Amino acid sequence: MGKKILMAGNEAAGEGAIQAGCMAYYGYPITPQNELTGYMAVHMPRHGRVFLQAESELAAINMVLGSAAAGVRAMTSSSSPGMSLKQEGISYLAALELPAVVINVQRGGPGLGNIAPGQADYWQATRGGGHGDYRCIVLAPHSVHEMFSIMTTAFDLSDKYRMVTIVLGDGRLGQMMEPVEVPDSPQPQPQPPPKPWALNGCKGRHSNKLHSLLLNEDRLEALNVRLQQNYALVASTETRYEEVQTADADVVMVAYGTSARVCKEALRQARKLGIKAGLIRPITLWPFPAQPIRAAAARGAKFLVVEMSAGQMIDDVRLSLDGPADVRFFGRMGGNVPQWDVVLENITTIAKGK
Amino acid sequence: MDTSSSMELAYGKPDSIRRTRTHYCAGCGHGIIHRLICEIVDEFGIRENIVSVAPVGCAVLAYDYFDFDTCEAPHGRTPAVATGIKRVLPDRFVFSYQGDGDLAAIGTAEIIHAANRGEHICVFFVNNAVYGMTQGQMAPTSIVGQQTATTPNGRDPKTEGYPIRVCELLATLEAPAYIERVAISSPQNIRRAKKAIRKAFKTQLEGKGFSFIELLSPCPTYWRVDPIVAMKELEKRMIPVFPLGIFKDWEQET
Repeated sequence: MGKKILMAGNEAAGEGAIQAGCMAYYGYPITPQNELTGYMAVHMPRHGRVFLQAESELAAINMVLGSAAAGVRAMTSSSSPGMSLKQEGISYLAALELPAVVINVQRGGPGLGNIAPGQADYWQATRGGGHGDYRCIVLAPHSVHEMFSIMTTAFDLSDKYRMVTIVLGDGRLGQMMEPVEVPDSPQPQPQPPPKPWALNGCKGRHSNKLHSLLLNEDRLEALNVRLQQNYALVASTETRYEEVQTADADVVMVAYGTSARVCKEALRQARKLGIKAGLIRPITLWPFPAQPIRAAAARGAKFLVVEMSAGQMIDDVRLSLDGPADVRFFGRMGGNVPQWDVVLENITTIAKGK
Repeated sequence: MDTSSSMELAYGKPDSIRRTRTHYCAGCGHGIIHRLICEIVDEFGIRENIVSVAPVGCAVLAYDYFDFDTCEAPHGRTPAVATGIKRVLPDRFVFSYQGDGDLAAIGTAEIIHAANRGEHICVFFVNNAVYGMTQGQMAPTSIVGQQTATTPNGRDPKTEGYPIRVCELLATLEAPAYIERVAISSPQNIRRAKKAIRKAFKTQLEGKGFSFIELLSPCPTYWRVDPIVAMKELEKRMIPVFPLGIFKDWEQET
């Protein structure tokens, strides 16, 4: 058993990364993720690890690229506008098949938007985000403890598949405080897999090169084929999700992150009223858990997708279905968080067959 | 005369350069500069302890020519990638190799901040006053009046500004340990360039901090002159704009 510590989600993610063996963190100030950078500034040096405030998000992601190329676990974090700046580097990381972890504490957009929570970067995270055919593994925590615990998964998956893992949080999860169960004694440091491709001096071997420039069309196509095969493997083995009372549900909500928290309350209230509501909470947004969606549709359930966006994840819900299904949407934008009672109204309407 | 048994190799390729054809144009300066760097690598015997970073631009394929660990970087982010390597591998020797577009246009922020942090890396900045890889556009270091693909009537300071003198700019910072500008326009200047590169290596190997060597270099293809004329043009037109010399030297500071 560990001890319970009251932490903000941003701090929990930082501590989770440290316990996952993150050796280098590169940050740049942007709200609402500053507590994470602040936590790392204090705690990374205490563990003898690298903390550096970069001159921009561009520099930060490329410092991550350098440390990842050198073979160590490296991370950066940002929020929506800063994530847009990181996309160039993420595309290069994907092409170089380098493992790295990036946290996006999403805020309201587009443009400078505001500093309130948002979920409108779903497409950017799950469709690649930068140029070229690539994917990132995308993890979506929905509590402060999960912000902590998901970091080990993020680094392990990243190393295992040599992919960028994006942890897609939001301003609410980053800012709010909840108890986190932290192990009492230092955990054994996770041992990343051997990295024979790493750049650390060519003693006793041929020199290693990491480059994505492949001027020969067939060589570049071969890289793309290899990437796609890797993504197919991840898609078939690494989907993660939580299901709540879906077995008998007439109305199945689909939501992640903060929206899923709201849906859990709406579900509880709906059940009190005798409405058979359920929830599918994707934990991996890419790969998206299509199977439970298909299974619920086969049972005749109707769907209510709840997001803090104009409707982005709803695309993946529809793509998951084999045939026609009733898929509705409720979303808020601009940094607004859906209220559970309004979600409940939506559930009630759908349950009544309207 | 039979010399087969007594012939000694007086001048060969450095061990740390790969035996391969390069893609560089006739008369390009990159070949000379690659060679100088690799000669110094051999001199210090540190080939197996190096991680270098190649830029986007004509020298992007440097990773195919250097026989030590080398990483590609996105355009201009070269010093940030080098920072990320050196910070986690402080006992390895790390250098970046950049052109004028990479370093003085798209990567201006990265070089200034890497220099300002005093990163323990060497930066070799090849200034040929033109974008070669992309068909000869104006570089931030193109000289006034220089005709390029994007300044067909010559660089006009009224609309395109003046060439950026990067050594002078970086020399205003406190942190850099060594800054020098050299040219590779003559055997004498090439020897000076080699000495500067050696000093940059020494700066990092002795833990003194950030070093920066700007190498004025010819681009006959996009200066649209033959290679011998390009060397003369380099002396006649570039050196007056970019004076050679040492701008910071940790050994001279009190």
